[in-house]
Amino acid sequence: MTGGQHPKEPLPLEQRRSLMTGAMIGVALMAAVDEIVFHQLLGWHHFYDRAARDVALLSDGLLHAAEVVLLVAGFVLLADLRGRHALAARSAWAGLLLGAGAFQLWDGLIDHKVLRLHQVRYGVDPFTYDVAWNVAGLALLAAGVGVAWRNRTGADERSGRRPSA
Amino acid sequence: MLVTAAQLTHSHGDSGAGPGGWALPVLIAAAMILLYLAGVGRLARATRPWPVARTASFVTGALVLAVAVSPPVEALTGGDPRGHMVQHLLIGMYVPIAMVLGAPMTLLLTCLSPGHTGGMARVLRSRSVHVLAHPITAGTIATAGLYVLYLTPLYTVSTDSVVVHHAVHVHFLFSGYLFAWSIAGPDPAPRRPGMPARAGVLIVTAGAHAYLAKLLYARAAELPPGAGHEPDHIQQAAQLMYYGGDIAELALATALFTGWLARRRRDRARRISPTTPPSNFRTAG
Repeated sequence: MTGGQHPKEPLPLEQRRSLMTGAMIGVALMAAVDEIVFHQLLGWHHFYDRAARDVALLSDGLLHAAEVVLLVAGFVLLADLRGRHALAARSAWAGLLLGAGAFQLWDGLIDHKVLRLHQVRYGVDPFTYDVAWNVAGLALLAAGVGVAWRNRTGADERSGRRPSA
Repeated sequence: MLVTAAQLTHSHGDSGAGPGGWALPVLIAAAMILLYLAGVGRLARATRPWPVARTASFVTGALVLAVAVSPPVEALTGGDPRGHMVQHLLIGMYVPIAMVLGAPMTLLLTCLSPGHTGGMARVLRSRSVHVLAHPITAGTIATAGLYVLYLTPLYTVSTDSVVVHHAVHVHFLFSGYLFAWSIAGPDPAPRRPGMPARAGVLIVTAGAHAYLAKLLYARAAELPPGAGHEPDHIQQAAQLMYYGGDIAELALATALFTGWLARRRRDRARRISPTTPPSNFRTAG
């Protein structure tokens, strides 16, 4: 809507907001993948693990509720940015990868190991699964940092400013 | 009264059908729908548009309410916690959200003559309404009701007594409506806190709901106290509660954020052209 004023000038892309929006969607999507793929389809995780304490269940409930709100907020903000032609697509992708990786690591380290809410898979030695889980999280984070870095230099070139040498 | 209650209890326990059969649910829904449509018709005659989506939302809510307390659904609740849970999800969450999104208060205010509007605005601006309609108060009332129901013998009492059974439904409907209005209602809510605070209360309330569902699942053998249901059935009811709550949270979050975005866009448009009407429906004259 604000775009109507100067149609000839390219509008400023809102990189920081695009990154945050991508990160919100990334966290929420990873949580949804965890819920749908590992809980519902593979049945590796359980809805509830006997070892879980009440405080862990409470934190689990709050996180789950926050993920749902994040997913909706992320998509609404994305629609707003797109509608105003202010979406910096690469910043949003970087945010998506960073958010997904951060959630995967949080789930792998805090939920599985510190709070012991549940394990990746039951009836097997969880070590290999834990390593795979957390390495996947790190890989996503690294990819996000990579895209953000390339994007930073790319944005500088596009706006005619060179990184100061 | 006692005799009546006992007779009703008896019929409830035996056949599973609620008192009054279809008459009461149909009457309630018909009254609400007709009143609402009368308001919409009045606006139409004055050539003032009223969004069809709001009408559809309110009418759907009233119809689902009638179904939720109708004999077939009441029959499902006879001794089965899964039936109870479905009924509770409908009456306490989906019906209130649908009705709130129909903006009945805005409709009433738009239909009333200016003299009457002032009286209603005074009520809306009163301190007690501010406190009651604050998201934290509304969330606490709704959540406390659930915890008391499932963690105390109240649930067992409600399955034995028709009066308590319906009192619980009335509480669910009103507390659910109050909460949905305080979080995402398009109706005027003076001094309502901003979007981040409302999103925060939504997360905490939905988290408390999810926690209670997992608690019921984890202690299916003991909870609700004295109910004596099959633990398997309690666990399935708890999962219905957990995932059913997600759907309600998703709907409320969508209404909250899209409403927030629409207001922001209108405000932005207003800054550019001051002729655009203000985004907030103001009750102050």
